[in-house]
Amino acid sequence: MKRFGRVTVLSLGALLFLFPFYYMIITSFQAKPNTSLAGAFPFGGWTLQNYREINARVDLLGSLANSGIFTGGVILATLVFGVLAGYALARLHFRGQGTLFSLMLLVQLVPFQLLIIPLYVMIVRSYGLADSYLGMILPFAINSTAVFVFRQFFLQLPEDLFAAARIDGAGELRVLWSIALPLVRPAMVTAVLLTFIGPWNEFLWPFLVTKNANMQPLAVSLANYLSNIAGRAANPYGATLAGAVVLAAPAVALFVAFQRHFTSSDLGSGVKG
Amino acid sequence: MTTTSPSTAIQTPASTPTASPTPQKRGRVASILGRQPLGIAFAAPYAVFLAVVFAYPLGLAVWISFHDYFFAAPGASVARPFVGFANYATALSDPAVRRSFLNVAIFLVINVPITVALALLLANALNAAMRGRTFFRVAYYVPYVSAGVAVVSVWLFLFSKNGMVNQVLGSLAPDPSWLVNSTLAMPLIAVFVAWKQLGFFILLYLAALQNVPKELYESAQMDGANKWQQLRNVTIPGVRPATVLVVILATITGANLFSEPYLLTNGGGPNGASASPVLVMYQKGIEQGNPDVASAIGVILVIAVLLVSLLNRRLLERD
Repeated sequence: MKRFGRVTVLSLGALLFLFPFYYMIITSFQAKPNTSLAGAFPFGGWTLQNYREINARVDLLGSLANSGIFTGGVILATLVFGVLAGYALARLHFRGQGTLFSLMLLVQLVPFQLLIIPLYVMIVRSYGLADSYLGMILPFAINSTAVFVFRQFFLQLPEDLFAAARIDGAGELRVLWSIALPLVRPAMVTAVLLTFIGPWNEFLWPFLVTKNANMQPLAVSLANYLSNIAGRAANPYGATLAGAVVLAAPAVALFVAFQRHFTSSDLGSGVKG
Repeated sequence: MTTTSPSTAIQTPASTPTASPTPQKRGRVASILGRQPLGIAFAAPYAVFLAVVFAYPLGLAVWISFHDYFFAAPGASVARPFVGFANYATALSDPAVRRSFLNVAIFLVINVPITVALALLLANALNAAMRGRTFFRVAYYVPYVSAGVAVVSVWLFLFSKNGMVNQVLGSLAPDPSWLVNSTLAMPLIAVFVAWKQLGFFILLYLAALQNVPKELYESAQMDGANKWQQLRNVTIPGVRPATVLVVILATITGANLFSEPYLLTNGGGPNGASASPVLVMYQKGIEQGNPDVASAIGVILVIAVLLVSLLNRRLLERD
């Protein structure tokens, strides 16, 4: 009986979370939207027309490539510079360490959105980086949460390991590359997953930076379609939802495939310290 | 992995290096740059990054908010006189700005209790060894990892005038419909955001639940406490640090609200009833070309977020 109650609560929750996704996929393959409850369980009327329609209005492949370059650039910079910073914060003693650590925590408290005006003035107006990948990537380049995750994991390694390597004459880069990194590989996956969803799903910043449709990531071009063009399409919701499926699929697939790297204990160490 | 609360677990790194038998000269370098000066080189790119995209813009936002600032061609030298609090006065006397702050308050009043209650309920149910645990855990964070723009389109469809929700409600459907109803638009956004973020908060609570000692439940049972009393007297106090974090993060999310009102209610409609401060900042600063007033709104919002976070911490952490 007790177990039954638990499973009921969990199943209701799962229904609440998954139904919109189920409905999104079903509707994206339907020729005519049927908004009655029965419309969620159709028997016929399957079509790929919605995907053709959205692809005609929004260059799906090009937008996906833009999203990929934007996200890839952020992940690359976070892995290279974030690991170095996390290692220094956890394992090296240097002047300014405490200040940098406090700053890293503070960054996570001040909402990014509030910096959009000065960042827009700097990046778009002063540096002329509108409609460029660099302009998109710059404000996100090193994910502070990932730096924090790296620091926490490097901190958990035993000090003897480092002392031994240094006595054997290994330089710090060598210690980091050959000793520390192989031991924190699971943390790398968690950090990459956390970093991935930021730029992949980001809307406001690329929306401000890219006005040229050829440079827009999928989230931006889909939103533009939604607010400008959708009204004129034959099956506006079908086409929009087809685009939504294309946008959501990579992130969902990645998180399902690597779900064991995104558990409460990974996050617990990342978010709580 | 960790058994401490967020407030106590974050230790600052040791600043005083332990004494080691090194020559005089190295000792002097160490006293200026630290024991391992290489750390400065390792951390430098990140430090520069924080300075360029965080510290400097923060300062620039404050500077712009006190000056008569407008967009000019790059390189052109234009006078941008100091105007004191004029931009703040303009912002605060604007009904659209005031409405957007009221909207965040409505958002928080609805979003935070739903988030805390449901996240705790589902994390509690999930906190047991059983079949299908992984499935539920993954199912719950699917909305969290999906792009806002993608899930907004489904909600737009579900809650449109002739959408499924109204079809199911039949004659009970609100008129005007959800997204064009000035009383219901903002609450619906609050529910949407709660739904989208819940998976992340469930994981946070799940981590916190691991830290509640099992013995407390055993002794509560021994004293004859029922499930509800155990929840009230053991679980809720046990996860209080996580609750503080959840409330602060929800406040930050509320302050950051942009794509939901922009897309779900077509630019904060009806009549600004669901406009968020960031949306108003965008409209004033970039669409209408008044970055000075927009920066003032931003500064007010940062101060408000910090105050609300501090207040939450005070209220929730007192015993």
